[in-house]
Amino acid sequence: MKGNEALAEAAIRAGCKCFFGYPITPQTELSAYMAKRMHKEGGVFLQAESEIAAINMVLGAASTGVRAMTSSSSPGISLKSEGISYIAGSDVPAVIINVQRGGPGLGGIQPSQADYWQATKALGHGDFQLLVYAPCSVQEMVDMVVKAFDTADKYRMPAMILADGLLGQMMEPVQFPEIKANSIDKSSWAANGHGNKREHHIINSLYINATDLEEQVIERYKRYDIIKETETDAELYLTEDADIVVCAYGATARVVKSAVNTARAEGVKVGMFRPKTLWPFPVKELNQASQKASKLLCVEMSMGQMIDDVKLAINCSKPVSFFGRTGGVIPTPDEVLEQIKSL
Amino acid sequence: MATVFERPHALCDTPMHYCPGCTHGIVHRLLCEVLDEMGIEGETIGVCPVGCSVFAYNYFNCDMIEAPHGRAPAVATGVKRSNPDKYVFTYQGDGDLAAIGTAETVHVGARGENIVVIFINNTIYGMTGGQMAPTTIPGQVTQTTPFGRDTELAGYPIRVCEMMATLSGTALAQRVAVDTVPHIRETKKAIRKAFENQKEKRGLSIVEVLSTCPTNWGMTPLEAIKRLQDECIPYYPLGVYKDVTAEGGEK
Repeated sequence: MKGNEALAEAAIRAGCKCFFGYPITPQTELSAYMAKRMHKEGGVFLQAESEIAAINMVLGAASTGVRAMTSSSSPGISLKSEGISYIAGSDVPAVIINVQRGGPGLGGIQPSQADYWQATKALGHGDFQLLVYAPCSVQEMVDMVVKAFDTADKYRMPAMILADGLLGQMMEPVQFPEIKANSIDKSSWAANGHGNKREHHIINSLYINATDLEEQVIERYKRYDIIKETETDAELYLTEDADIVVCAYGATARVVKSAVNTARAEGVKVGMFRPKTLWPFPVKELNQASQKASKLLCVEMSMGQMIDDVKLAINCSKPVSFFGRTGGVIPTPDEVLEQIKSL
Repeated sequence: MATVFERPHALCDTPMHYCPGCTHGIVHRLLCEVLDEMGIEGETIGVCPVGCSVFAYNYFNCDMIEAPHGRAPAVATGVKRSNPDKYVFTYQGDGDLAAIGTAETVHVGARGENIVVIFINNTIYGMTGGQMAPTTIPGQVTQTTPFGRDTELAGYPIRVCEMMATLSGTALAQRVAVDTVPHIRETKKAIRKAFENQKEKRGLSIVEVLSTCPTNWGMTPLEAIKRLQDECIPYYPLGVYKDVTAEGGEK
């Protein structure tokens, strides 16, 4: 199944009732799949007039307590950033897919990982975070969409799948997991009509009194602390005895894994650390993976963004080198192998 | 003793923040009277804009959602599409609806989104202190048109009801005012019709209410009412611009 279509199918199976989208390469198959399937499922598919409208339709639907999703690619995500900030500020759960392409500006339509900073540090104005999942296969896209809906509901916050054009366009066999019915009760806050049975609910991100706003933000950050403790996930590959640990996520990690295998065959003690959650960043897992290492290498399809989190996670205790290709260029295993050997 | 006049149930018993002489209070009340009379408060979800009526979520007793600036029609679309049996309205000012949110406004009309849009047109940005709105009348002095709106420089106002009436999905586009008792009665009738349209799934209903802003117009409430009558109504003629239930369908 194609990556973009697998994302859509997984969302439907995870109980997503509303999808609002706007066409953009390289994620368009996702919308097209939703257009075909949603009405059969009794759900909502709507092509919005803009990315901005689409994310606000998500805000509206999710405010009533239903599972809602939108998807886009890099330039479109920038347009959604206002709405994502409101969703975070209103404590509403929602899922946003970014099938990244090269930037800045209109950039290109080839795979990229240049939106790492945007996703993990600054997806909109104000103090907030969103959960960021980074799949590296079509199967993981499926599993992470389900996880994203569940975790977003649990913590009442937005979650993002940060994929890229390579994963979106790739075809792989995939198995859909048995999905448990969503058991999270939203009746204490959802604005879906009080039916004359309760006080009215207000979904809002405005607090005109500074101390009230501060209190809201602090409450949210307490949730973030729990998330940082409990929601990190990473793959550690041949790191037990590794002298060199290569850090990579998403599609890049597939390239890195081949390079690591070749280097191992040549006797180089190298392993790979692959974060599956980019926020929260798996700090403990990286420190565990790099315990025996004397140096680290970060490989990305960007000019170097995740490398900041890698250095912070290990407190700059070891040298961290960088290798990246950008603009839509995918690094080759040979290039990565050469980098490993040159360390 | 018989009660002859009381606060509608749908209107919260909360002191409003609006300036003296502002007509938001009248429109809030009319809307709440309609919710009461139709018995739909519990089935209604309202969407507030950014602007003077940003705090409207504190005044309406139904469930409320606060939207980003201009995005109320998109938020309302999300609510309505996921809850087609509920009543959904937006309450928006001129800057919100006809400047930053023009695309959202036009497209709920184009899609025939089955919601009610209450549009408060007072020809100025109130909340930010009186800047030019998309509906500011040529020659009108505002903070950002200190020499009067010069159409060479700042272009022309948008007549929203006339524009929305051209869209196939619009069921009702009506302009009313709240300057006199007969006009206030007319306004309530229009709001009621808009909600009846939603009940019958007829499409988008927009009720444009010509309103005052004494504070930012630099006038007393009475002078403001006079300006509404002398300047606003002639530029923005009252009337029904489209009504799919009327004889012949459209006016």
